Amino acid sequence: MAIEVRIPTILRSYTAGAKAVAADGETLAGLVDNLDSRHPGIKARLVTESGALHRFVNVYVNDEDVRFTGALDTALKDGDSVTILPAVAGG
Amino acid sequence: MSRYDSLVDSLGDTPLVGLPRLSPSPRVRLWAKLEDRNPTGSVKDRAATYMVRDAEKEGLLRPGATILEPTSGNTGISLAMVAALRGYRLICVMPENTSTERRQLLTMYGARIILSPAAGGSNQAVARAKELAAEHPDWVMLYQYGNPANALAHYETTGPELLRDLPGITHFVAGLGTTGTLMGTGRYLREQVPGIQIVAAEPRYGELVYGLRNIDEGFVPELYDPSVLSTRFSVGPRDALRRTRELVEREGIFAGISTGAALHAALGMAGKAVEADERADIAFVVADAGWKYLSTGAYSGTLAEAEAALEGQLWA
Repeated sequence: MAIEVRIPTILRSYTAGAKAVAADGETLAGLVDNLDSRHPGIKARLVTESGALHRFVNVYVNDEDVRFTGALDTALKDGDSVTILPAVAGG
Repeated sequence: MSRYDSLVDSLGDTPLVGLPRLSPSPRVRLWAKLEDRNPTGSVKDRAATYMVRDAEKEGLLRPGATILEPTSGNTGISLAMVAALRGYRLICVMPENTSTERRQLLTMYGARIILSPAAGGSNQAVARAKELAAEHPDWVMLYQYGNPANALAHYETTGPELLRDLPGITHFVAGLGTTGTLMGTGRYLREQVPGIQIVAAEPRYGELVYGLRNIDEGFVPELYDPSVLSTRFSVGPRDALRRTRELVEREGIFAGISTGAALHAALGMAGKAVEADERADIAFVVADAGWKYLSTGAYSGTLAEAEAALEGQLWA
């Protein structure tokens, strides 16, 4: 199983500059753990100590915001695309 | 009645038009709310007018006052028009990576522009405006990202107009920026229409815009209440451009690029309704027309060329 994870500029220090990396996981939480085993330290930037997504981090699975699909419990399948972005203002 | 005492009085009551060619079937229909038919040509006229009226009522704005606002364009243009008519000065803090037409329009209306750095999107404009507001306590920052009058404008006007024109509405889709359109319209429709889906289409820009120094520089508008939304999609420039072009080629509607993002999400919801064999009347917001984006190259050349030209720009 391989899921493509797109990494924002601000977190590429953990991925040796890679814009996208592969990771595995049945759920988003599993994927984040797997990501952290490959790129140590990245989890702490995405998830707070209480185990929730950081307020200023948005994660999308196939372009849908995971906060509306179960957050870290969102189920993943082979071929899904995960995008991580910092929250920025529009308007 | 189509006669008004002044331009500002002609606000709202915009047409809702069907999309017979882009709708997947007679049971699953798309409807475009033409917010470009507002006094300065964008949905932001509603918020700007409400915020100014509210500040006048509260006694914050007196004749000759200076208004300060962080804006990527449309809100600034709306405020500039209202300010010109009511005798206020306007200073806009605007990211430098916005279309030249926006700057031309602001200048034409007599607004002063302070540019903020491109990296970090509107976050930097918000931060700079907050600094300026602290340095100049006599300036009035209306602050569209946190001003309840922004959402109230849509609760009192956009929402009721949609329900009047489309009593069978099942979905409302709009772009997510300040979140005012979605919060206000969404709250009203949720109260009136059980089971309605409120869907956000968030523009996904090029990397430059997300170039924060650290995550704590991130920004979530104070108006944002995720419980109003059913879901939220991130729409990249390729999909937004493709839909913007389809809208003009197939339905004749010449819209701005953020409208393409909203249409993309609306078509996604339409596809789900078809799959589930459910009836759907999906209304989405045409936030503005395409005029202000002609210089970006969005409407000419191949999609790949247009996408390349938008790289790093705040196109919504």
